[in-house]
Parts: sequence; structure tokens; C-alpha cells
Amino acid sequence: MWENIKEFASTFFVTGDPLIYGADVSIALTMVAIVFVLTKYKKWGWLWREWLTTVDHKRIGIMYLIASLLMLFRGGVDALLMRVQLAFPNVEFLHSDHYNAIFTTHGTIMILFMAMPMMFGLFNMVVPLQLGARDVAYPFLNAVSFWLFMLGAMLFNLSFVIGGSPDAGWLSYPPLSQNDFSPGPGQNFWIWGIQISGIGSLATGINFIVTILKMRAPGMKLSNMPLFSWSVLSSSIMIIFAFPILTVTIALLFLDRFAGAHFFTMGGGGNPMMYLNLIWMWGHPEVYIVVVPAFGIFSEVVATFSKKTIFGYKSMVWALMSIAVASFFTWAHHFFTMGTSASVIIFFAISTMVIAIPTGVKIFNWLFTMFRGRISFKQPMLWTIAFIPCFVVGGATGVMLAVAPADYQYHNSYFLIAHFHQVLIGGVVFGYLAGIYYWWPKLFGFKLDEKLGRWGFWFWNIGFYVCFMPQYALGFMGMTRRYYTYGWDRGWADLNLISTVGAFLMGIGFIFQVWQIAYSIKHGERDTTGDPWNARTLEWSIPSPAPFYNFAVVPTVKGADDWWLTKQAKENGTYKEEPAHLEPIHMPKNSGIPFIMSLFFFLIGFGFTFHWVWMAVIGFIGVALCMWARSFQYDTDYYVPVEEVRSTEASLGRVY
Amino acid sequence: MSGGKMLRQFHFWVLAALATVLLSGCGSDYLVLNPKGPVAETQYNLIVISVILCAVIIVPVLAITAFIVYRYRDTPKNKAPYKPDWAHSTTLEVIWWGIPVIIIAILGYFTVRDTYVLKESPNQEVKPITIQVTALDWKWMFTYPEQNVATVNYLEIPAGVPVRFQVSAEAPMNSFWVPELGGQIYAMSGMATELYLQADEPGEFQGFSANFSGEGFAHMQFKVVAKPQNEFDQWVQQVKGTAPAMTKQDYEELKKPGLTENKMYSAFPEGLFEEIVQKYSHGHDMHHVMDPVAPAAQTGEKKEETSHETHQMSDMSNMPGMDHSGMKH
Repeated sequence: MWENIKEFASTFFVTGDPLIYGADVSIALTMVAIVFVLTKYKKWGWLWREWLTTVDHKRIGIMYLIASLLMLFRGGVDALLMRVQLAFPNVEFLHSDHYNAIFTTHGTIMILFMAMPMMFGLFNMVVPLQLGARDVAYPFLNAVSFWLFMLGAMLFNLSFVIGGSPDAGWLSYPPLSQNDFSPGPGQNFWIWGIQISGIGSLATGINFIVTILKMRAPGMKLSNMPLFSWSVLSSSIMIIFAFPILTVTIALLFLDRFAGAHFFTMGGGGNPMMYLNLIWMWGHPEVYIVVVPAFGIFSEVVATFSKKTIFGYKSMVWALMSIAVASFFTWAHHFFTMGTSASVIIFFAISTMVIAIPTGVKIFNWLFTMFRGRISFKQPMLWTIAFIPCFVVGGATGVMLAVAPADYQYHNSYFLIAHFHQVLIGGVVFGYLAGIYYWWPKLFGFKLDEKLGRWGFWFWNIGFYVCFMPQYALGFMGMTRRYYTYGWDRGWADLNLISTVGAFLMGIGFIFQVWQIAYSIKHGERDTTGDPWNARTLEWSIPSPAPFYNFAVVPTVKGADDWWLTKQAKENGTYKEEPAHLEPIHMPKNSGIPFIMSLFFFLIGFGFTFHWVWMAVIGFIGVALCMWARSFQYDTDYYVPVEEVRSTEASLGRVY
Repeated sequence: MSGGKMLRQFHFWVLAALATVLLSGCGSDYLVLNPKGPVAETQYNLIVISVILCAVIIVPVLAITAFIVYRYRDTPKNKAPYKPDWAHSTTLEVIWWGIPVIIIAILGYFTVRDTYVLKESPNQEVKPITIQVTALDWKWMFTYPEQNVATVNYLEIPAGVPVRFQVSAEAPMNSFWVPELGGQIYAMSGMATELYLQADEPGEFQGFSANFSGEGFAHMQFKVVAKPQNEFDQWVQQVKGTAPAMTKQDYEELKKPGLTENKMYSAFPEGLFEEIVQKYSHGHDMHHVMDPVAPAAQTGEKKEETSHETHQMSDMSNMPGMDHSGMKH
């Protein structure tokens, strides 16, 4: 019996590596600390009532944000481990299989469990406020989305200490990701972690499309909706068309691995190249899904901090929406080198160059928003200004990669690595950070400290160029991605060392930001006005932090940048105060079902990962029961009485 | 910290980056920028053209950015005009939608032209030699159907002669890349991709595996040696005279996952490469996976082609894909 348990434990838990044991210990200590604190301060009820069961979009947004910052840490540590291994030739810090696992988890986490939740966090924190709405269209579904993401991410991360990490690359190309070459649970963790969180992403896409189309305040036409909301619409449209492809593709891969199907196997009639096509039909729109909301953020930030209307609003909208369509016609540029006919290559080369046009011209709109404006260099604006040169260069190398015959020389080399890190860090990360700094006071009621933020900013930016510029050169030297080691003979040593230094500079930048948040919680400048940046859109017309029902009185919108118009009118004395009439506010009730149902989804994923069908069956039954219970739940909403609204507003300094 | 200062910083880094890349053309470590054959040359020219066309956009944009950020900074004494409601100009919009369209059109022209060029042999006057490349876990096997010799992790080619590579795999997908001679092509099971390369002068070049294929991937590199035709012929004779012949058994050993030393074989089982391709192409017409008009197919391989269909059906049960032993319940 004891022998059996020992044998089970030795395969179930990942063993033999000091890094893993270190992680085990730190995970255990963190868990103990959390349980201790919650118990000591009697916070279990608070945790359940205020957070685990919440359907408030702002709280869900905050939870997304916290999760994404944790994942940024995990993915960043992965990156630093890789850079240590590559700092010098022939380093024996990581073995091949460890290195392979680490670059796989780095990529998967950074895209799916860092960028996506940070984006959804911003959607949730901002969109309803910007539209003058009291919540998203489907608050319950919104909570389901979050908990599916969270449990999917936890399942994926568990592979580090239980069962073993996936190591076939972040997109798990078959045949390498099939049983023949990747036996063991690692690859199953990858499948189920993404599958579960992917369902949540799809639901979020649906939720925000409906919210934007149906929940705008009276008077807000689509043609004067803020650009961030437009970008969310564009991104959500891409989500609902792209994520089903991902779900189906991974389901087929799972059938190959679990049930011996032959969709993508090497033999038996399978076609691995079909997987490449399908995964990139999702994968290419995916990069636009994450970068388009960043464009929306820059549009808001540039207008606010230049004290000027956004330049060329219509052409911005046109560009955002045309990207949503065009992004579905470029996928094959990820494998120009598959030896297909010239006409196919040319189609995808040209379509890739064409999508660069709407992506690129927005730069001019931002520049000419600043032109004849008054630019103040607050943190959100710093990141926006840093984004412009970074993204221009990254976009240009993207156009170079689109030149198919030249791509045969760049493909899978460090040139490619440098390119996509430049657009994903320079575009997505800089953009989301700008957004977080911008909307932070609205969510939390205080600003993040400027001085520490600037330290973080400069470490990030200098670190970025030091890290990735040498990688373009390494690509020209023939260095291929995913090599875990190299010799002295190729002349790659110097540039790799520089690149590693840059990676650590970015790591220091991140530490400054964590310090900045911790410091600002106590010492950050409090926002008493609700409009700390002298901004333009509706979210700034309400107190900070926003009350749970957002707007005491739903605003009537008169034009684009409505809050700015109101402020202008007040200044000119043309503003006519309309008598505010408070009414009871209709709100959704909290529910524990999203959290519980996601736990059952976790059981499905965990069960299939280890081929424990009984556990997956329990999971399926649980999910079905949760859905059944919810279907017969009629008491799902309530009204906030006028008196409560009045007293809440009074405590925030607003008199009705 | 003023915006102007910050921007100058950025400028510095971006220019430093460009300089790194441009100056790097001198160093011989920069394999892609030191083409040693017509294919790599075509691609190098295309890289230069695309860098110049991109610079046409990048340089003015960076300059305009620096100017605007500096001039319109929010300081009390700034005299620059402030027009908070100026938000539209059809002329400007036409200009900045128009210029990228023109640049993309020019770049598109070169892309289309060279995509067709690289599909053909780079040297129409000299008959190409065919070499078959098979990616295995984790080594490269080269078979020379016209010379009937084979090598592992070592590729010898005649200089000045176009080489027609047929590339396949009996392992997870890889990519065959010799940067100094030209761009890469995928090595995929069940398919034979085609790639023309040529070395203009004798020399030694480095070949890389360029698509991740598992544990031994980083060690899956190979040396390419180009020699004058007569020395190449001597080498073939020498291999024929001294090296052992590859048997079916040897191949089965070779394809097992692991690393190996360089190897040479004086012969290899007839039709080995075609068999490898056929084994995983499951019912696709061979005309799709191997180009029938290519020169090599007209010589030795014609009779191979007809016998494949029957061969393949009987071979079904031996396919690794049919093997369910990898599943554990």
C-alpha cells in the first residue's frame, strides 16, 4: 500500500529539480499565509460575499487585473530563466526538457493568461462606465467568464508542480504534441487550461458586444461613442469569430491524444498541417484581439493629455473595424515556408502588408491629436509616447516579415522573436499599462505614485531596447528560436549577454511597479474630484472610486466627449442644470454559482489530464447541476432604494 | 523630466538599433547578410529594399514625433498654437492613408516578382543536382539519388551548380535552413517540399534546424561543404569506395530518437526517400506531394511513382499513427 502511494506520488508530483522544490515550498507557504490571514481577521465571509460571488463588473475587473499581474510575474520569471540559460554559450543551468517547458509556459501564459485577462480587466473596469451603463449586459455570465478563466489558468499553472509542464511550444504543433512524442499529462494540462479559459473568453466577447450595442446611455450614438469602446467592439467581434476555432482545434487535438483519433497525427490519415492552419486562424486574429484595445486606450489617453479632441475620429473607427475583418485573412504568413504554391504565398503576403495600413495610419491620428495641443507628461501619456517609436519600428519589421521570399530567411529566427516582442510589449503591454495608470484612480480612488512609476517606466523602456534590439541581429546570425544552448563558434555570445542584461532591467522595472502599487495604497494622491486628469468621457463624471451602481442618474449624452462638453458649458456659463431625479436602481444579485460551476469545470480538466474519467464525469454532472439550478433561479435582481442612493452619493460628496 | 529629453533618448536607442543592424553587414557572423549564392542574394536584395522602404516611413515619423512632443508640451511659456477643437483634415488623412498604400504597392511588386523567381532554379543553364533531405529525431539524413550515396548531418554539394532539395521528415516537423545559401523550407512528414539553393564558390556553410522538434533540437545542426564539381565527384567516389552501404536496418536504427555523429554511406536502399514520404501521405495523389515535372522525377523515379499506390495500402498497419500503445488509461 505504502509502496503504491510512494510510486504514485513520484510520478504525480514533479520531482528532482531544486527550482520545483523551491516553487512547492513557496506555494505551500503562500497558501498557509492566506488561510492564516483570512482566519485571523475573520475574512472568509467577506471574501465570499464581496469577491467570490460578486457580479459587479468593477470588482471582476479588479480580480482580472490582480490575476494578470500575478501571471505577468510568472511569465516574466520564465523569461528570466531562459535569458540566464542563454546568457553565455554552453550554460548548464537548464536541461533541454526544462528549457522547452519554460518557453512553452512563457508563451502560453503571456498571451492567454496575462494579456487576455489584463485586457478583460480593462474592458470590465471601463466599458460600462464609459457608456453610462450600470453593469454589463449579462453580469452573471461575466462572473462565469472570470471564474472559467481563473480556474483554467490555475489548472495550467498546476502543471509546474504536478504531472509536469507542457513542452511542445506555446501553440503545441502536432505531431510533436501527440502521444508519440509528448506522452504524459503536460500536454493535457495545456489543452484543458486553454480550453476552460477559452470558453470564458468567448462569453466575454458576446457580453461586451451586447453591452456596447444595447447598454449605451440615452443619446450616445455609435458615431459618438468613445474610441476605447469602439476598440472593445472590434476586439469582441474578433473574439466571437476566432475563439470557436480555437475550441474546436484543441478539442480535436484532445481527441487525438485521448481517444486515438487521427485528425493531426503523423500517420493513420492525420494531417498535422491542418492543425497549423486552424490554430493560426485563431492565432493571428488573437494578436489583433489583444492589440486593438491598446489602440483604444492610446486614443483616450492622447486626447486627454493633449487637451484636444481626438484627430480623425471617423478614420480611427474605420481603421479599428477594418482590422477586425482583415485580421482573418492573414493567418498563413505564420508558415510561408511550408512550400505551398506561389499564388497562396502572394495572397497572404499582400493581405499582411495591407493590414499594416489601417494599423499604421492611426499613429498619424495620435500624432496630430498632439499637434496644436498641450501635452502633459503624466504616466499614462509617458507610456503612450514610448509606444509610438517602439510600435513604428516593430510594425516596420512586421512588414519586412510579410515580404514572403525574405521571410524564408527570418522565419523562426530571433529576428521574428524580436519583432513580435516589440509589437506585443511595445503595443500591448505599454498600452495596457497606460490604461491601468489612466483608469486606476477611477477604480481605487487614488493615483499611482509618479516618482516610482517613472523609475519603472525607464527601466522597462531601456531594458526593452537592450533586450530585443540585439535579437534582431542574432536572427541575421542564424540563431533559431527555441535553441536551449549554443556554442562559442557562432559569435552569438556577446549579443545574447546584452539581451539578458536587458531582460533583467525590465524585471527591475516590474519590481518598481509592484513597489509603486504597494506605496501608493498608503501614500498615493487621493482623488476627491472623480476627474483627476481633466478628462473627456463619462466615466470621469462620477465619483472615484465609482459607487457599485455606477451612475446615480443615468446621463443623457449630447455628443462625443460628453463630459468635456459639460465642463466647457459650465465654464462658459451656458450649462443648464437639469433637476436630477433619483429613482430606485435595478441591480443584479450576487451569485455563488459561477465560482462553483468553474470548480466543476476544473474537475473536468484535471480528470481528463490524468485520464481519470470518473473525476471528469463528476465535473460534468456538477456543471449540469449548476446550470439547472441557475435556470430555475428567479430571484436574481433587486432595487436599490432612493434613500440608499442618496446617502451613498452624499458620503461621496455629491448632493441630490 | 521633459518630453523632449525623453524623446531624444528614444531616438538614440532606435538609431543605435538601426546602426547595429546596418553595420552588422560587415561582420561575417551575420550569415543572412553575407549571401554566398544567388538565392540568398535575391533575398538579401529584398531585405535591403524593404529596409529602405520602411525607413521612408520610420525616419519622418520619428522626426515628427520628436518635434510635436517637444513643441506642444504643456508649459506656461509655450507660445505654440493651441487649437483644442481642430480634429479633421481631409488633405492630411488622404496623405497618410496614401503614402503607405504606395509603399505597400512597391513592396508588393518586389514580393510577387521574387516569390515566382525563387520557385525556379536560380541557374537555368546548368542542370540541377537533386538531394533528398529527411529530418529525423534529431539528425538530418541526406540521400543523393543520382549518385546513390547518403550522409548524416553533413552535406556536400558541387559549387556553381543549382541544388534541388526535396525535403521531408519522419519525425515532428522541422525546417531546413542554410542562411548563407538561402532561406528555409519546412520538413514535414507525408510531403516533399522543394527548395533550390546554390553556392557560387567553394566554401563551408552552417546549416540549422529551424523548427522546434523536441529534446535534441538544438544539436540538430549540420555542415554544408561546397566543392568544385570535380572534387565533388572525387568525394562521391571516395564515399563509395570507403563507407559502408546503408541497409533498411541501418535506417531503422538511424530514425530512433537520439543524436549521432556525422555518417557517410556508399549506398542506400532504393527509393528510401519516396517510401518515407509515401508512408505518411495516406492517399494523397503523389502528384501533389512531389512535383512530377521536376528533372529528377523524370530520370530515376518514374517507375517508383506508379508502384506507390499498392505499396501504401499494404503498409497501413505499420504506420506509427496506427499505434495506440502511447495511450494510457
